[in-house]
Amino acid sequence: MSDALFEFACRMGDNTLVLGHRVSEWCGVAPVLEEDIALANTALDLIGQTQLWLGLAGEVEGKGRDADALAFRRDVWDFRNVLLVEQPNGDFGHTMLRQFLFDAWHLECLKGLIGSSHDQVAAIAEKSSKEVTYHLERSSDTVIGLGDGTEESHARMQKALDRLWPFVGEMFVSDDVDAAMIAQGTAPDSAGLRAPFDARLSDVLGEATLVPPEDDFTHKGGKSGVRHSEHLGHMLAQMQWLQRAYPDATW
Amino acid sequence: MVKPAPAPVPGLTPDFGANFGAPDQVGGAMPDIATVWNWLGQIPDPEIPVISLTDLGIIRDVAWDGDTLIVTVTPTYSGCPATSIINLDIETALRAHGIEKLTLNRRLSPAWTSDWLTQEGRAKLEEYGIAPPQSAGGPKHCPHCKSTKVEKISQFGSTPCKAQWRCQDCLEPFDYFKCI
Repeated sequence: MSDALFEFACRMGDNTLVLGHRVSEWCGVAPVLEEDIALANTALDLIGQTQLWLGLAGEVEGKGRDADALAFRRDVWDFRNVLLVEQPNGDFGHTMLRQFLFDAWHLECLKGLIGSSHDQVAAIAEKSSKEVTYHLERSSDTVIGLGDGTEESHARMQKALDRLWPFVGEMFVSDDVDAAMIAQGTAPDSAGLRAPFDARLSDVLGEATLVPPEDDFTHKGGKSGVRHSEHLGHMLAQMQWLQRAYPDATW
Repeated sequence: MVKPAPAPVPGLTPDFGANFGAPDQVGGAMPDIATVWNWLGQIPDPEIPVISLTDLGIIRDVAWDGDTLIVTVTPTYSGCPATSIINLDIETALRAHGIEKLTLNRRLSPAWTSDWLTQEGRAKLEEYGIAPPQSAGGPKHCPHCKSTKVEKISQFGSTPCKAQWRCQDCLEPFDYFKCI
């Protein structure tokens, strides 16, 4: 059963790691200073949460791998993040829409995990949920501001939503790992997070005057690790090169 | 997670402890808990040096386990880069006071809340120009001119624990310590 817990902790940690790295790509190049700082802070929270989740994964695995080893010495096929978070940043609006879709799922997921029967899972969720509440508040505000903004910003946000929509469904897919986590009382059913997610989505997108596509086709393969998109390998090449070129480097 | 007591900081001889007062733990004597709290209360937060680690409310417990001093610390934000500096500062200060066997524990739950800032810490923040957290979710007034006409610029500021606000009267921007 600890295999399922390892898998679960990797999923949580890889989501925050990959999105944290993507968001950090904005550091120094965001449209205005305040947004640059906000993006960097969000990335920082996500990387901090990654240390907790991947630290737990390494502990559960019991093979001496710590959070750094898991983050920097696994290859694409061992990553368990959903496809949404590895998608390239696009423009600022695209990045913020991706953030909103993830934050809306993330907060519901963490709220469910606070009641986990596993003490460490519950503690990480309790800590993270405070940070993610702020992330969601900001990404919702930005999506509304840009969606219901100028003709140009609205068009860009609608285009981003159309592009990212096929990656939403994967966050709610349940599999054997989820079943094991539910059976142990460690995590809530992913499928059960959809209703509150949809309710929030409908509120925010409504206010943002954005319309989700009708087609509910969903890309899958990130969470299970079966098939990541071509983007993750490129991202990891940049993220991991130092640790791979100079193993155990310190400074 | 128990962090093993690391090797002494290079260059940190007992003489170096002059900054913190002379070594107090003579011949392996164990100072009482209140004394240790007092020492910890003199360590400034590395990002906001006007308040101490005890003002910030992140020291959750101090106890002796045999001859080893156990200090339990909780992070403010999980990714806050100050966390490792804080651990280093605690270690440096306590070693300068002569503590030889020291373990720093990280405690995640209950998660840190800005409610744990002491009243003294809140007053020091305001005096320094950082509006202290309010349960209403925004600053009570501008820390400079005390006007209540203030507006939010950004939910995120120069450190994870702060947001950026601006006074509409004196027009000065200021940091607001977020309420979490």
